[in-house]
Amino acid sequence: MIINHPLLGPRDAQEFTYLGDAALIDRPDALSFPSTEAALDAFHDYLYLRDNPAGEHRELWFHEQGDRSWLVVTRNTVTHEITKVELARDVARAKGRSK
Amino acid sequence: MRYSGFRVIAEALTGHKGWKPAWRDPEPQASYDYIIVGGGGHGLATAYYLAKEFKQARIAVLEKGYLGGGNVGRNTTIIRSNYLLDGNEPFYEFSLKLWEGLEQDFNYNAMVSQRGIINLYHTDAQRDAYTRRGNAMILHGADAELLNRDQVRAMYPFLNFDNARFPIKGALMQRRGGTVRHDAVAWGYARGADQRGVDLIQNCEVIGIRTEGGRVTGVETTRGFIGAKKVGVAVAGSSSKVMSHVNMRLPMESHVLQAFVSEGLKPLIDGVMTYGAGHFYVSQSDKGGLVFGGDIDGYNSYAQRGNMPVVEDVAEGGMSLMPMIGRARLLRSWGGIMDMSMDGSPIIDRTHIDGLYFNGGWCYGGFKATPASGWCFAHLLATDKPHPTATAYRFDRFRKGLMIDEKGQGAQPNLH
Repeated sequence: MIINHPLLGPRDAQEFTYLGDAALIDRPDALSFPSTEAALDAFHDYLYLRDNPAGEHRELWFHEQGDRSWLVVTRNTVTHEITKVELARDVARAKGRSK
Repeated sequence: MRYSGFRVIAEALTGHKGWKPAWRDPEPQASYDYIIVGGGGHGLATAYYLAKEFKQARIAVLEKGYLGGGNVGRNTTIIRSNYLLDGNEPFYEFSLKLWEGLEQDFNYNAMVSQRGIINLYHTDAQRDAYTRRGNAMILHGADAELLNRDQVRAMYPFLNFDNARFPIKGALMQRRGGTVRHDAVAWGYARGADQRGVDLIQNCEVIGIRTEGGRVTGVETTRGFIGAKKVGVAVAGSSSKVMSHVNMRLPMESHVLQAFVSEGLKPLIDGVMTYGAGHFYVSQSDKGGLVFGGDIDGYNSYAQRGNMPVVEDVAEGGMSLMPMIGRARLLRSWGGIMDMSMDGSPIIDRTHIDGLYFNGGWCYGGFKATPASGWCFAHLLATDKPHPTATAYRFDRFRKGLMIDEKGQGAQPNLH
C-alpha cells in the first residue's frame, strides 16, 4: 500500500506503524463524568470497543521511519484503497483539541 | 453414509458409483429451536455437539457461502495446548483431548497427526519463560518437555543453531501437538451434524437479527426470515459485521493473516516448529509442501489477501531459521480474516439480548480450538451456563480488568 503523505508525498506503508481507528483521537475527559462508574464505562468503550467496519475506515498511522507524524488515513478495508490522508494534528485541532 | 475399509474396496470394484453426497442440501424451515450463524469449523462443531452431546433438536446452521469456506479452509492446521494462563490452558487442553478422539467420534478421517510441536528458545530469559509455561501446562494436565540444544539438534540437524544473534539453545516441546487435515474437520462435523438431523443451509447470509422486547425471535437472511428460539453467532472474521445488526460494538478488529505453501519437497520436517526470534511457524504437509506463516499484516482488513511486506518478513524468518529453504519456491499464499480481540483471547458468551449468543475473537488461534469451541458453545446454548473450561471467555472481562493477555501487549489487537 502507498500512503500519500500530505507533506512528503507518496510513501510505502512499510515506513508506517498502525495504531487503529481514528476515533482513538477522541479520548474522553475523565473529569467530565458525574461518577467514577460512568467514567469507567466511557473509558472501557473508548479503549476496548471498535466499529470495525467492512468498507471505509478512518485510521491512525504513524510515520515511524519518516517524519514521525501521525496521519489519519481513510482506507477501504475491503479493497485496501486509500482515498484520503490528513495530518492527525489537523484533524484533532479541527475538533478543538490542544487549544 | 458410513465409511469403512470394506466400503472402499467394494466401491473400487464397482467403479466408485455408489458414493453419495455426505450431507443433505435442505430448504430452510420456517423456524428452529437453534440457529447457528456460520458454517465454518466452530459453527459446524457447535451444531454437531448440540445434537450429539446435548440431545437438542430442530437445529440449523446458516452459511453465507459454502461449508468450511472461511478460516477452517485457510489455516496452517496446527493443534496444540501450550498456553500459559489459567483462563486459556484448561480450554485448549480440553480441545486437544477432543482432537485425540475426534476421528472415532465422528467416524471420519481427519488425519489427526500428533507429530509434536516445538517452540525454539534463543536466550536464557526465553528458556525461563518456557520453563514456566511448560510447568503451567503440566499443572493443567497437558504434556510439556524442555529440550536442550542437543535434543533439538538430533531432531532437526539442519537448523541455524550457531546464528550469531539468535543461536538456538533449546525448545519447549509438546509431543501431543501436531496437525490435522483442516477441511476434513469441517466435513466430518458437517456430516455428523447432518446425520443427526441438523439442517445445513448454504448460500444463506444473515442480513439482520430480529428481536422483540429484548429477546431474539429469528434472523433475516438472503433466503427470507427464519424464526429461532436461540441464535448462536460463530462467524469469526466477520463478527463485527454480524453483531452490528443488533448495534453491538465488539472488543475486536478484523485483520488479515497470510499463510504460505512451498513446492513439494522430500521429507524434511516431521513435526511443527516455531521460531523464537521472529514470528515464523512451519510444518510439512503429507504432500511435501512446507506450510508456514508469521505475523498478521497489522491493519484492519476484510480483504482475504495481504500485502508484500509481510511476505518478505515471513520469508526472512524462514531463511533465518533454516537457510537452506532459500532455494525452494513458494507455491501458494493466501489470506484469512481474523477477529483480533483486545487481549488476544476469544469470547464465548451471552449478549445483552436474551437468546442471542456469541462465539468469536479467536485471533489467529481458532483452528486448534475448533472442537472445544463447538462443545463449549453448545454447552452455553443448551444449558445457558458456560462450560467449566470456558468461564473466563466473557465480554465483561475488559470492563472488570480480567483480561487474558498471553503476550501482555494490552489493548492493541495487531500486536497479539
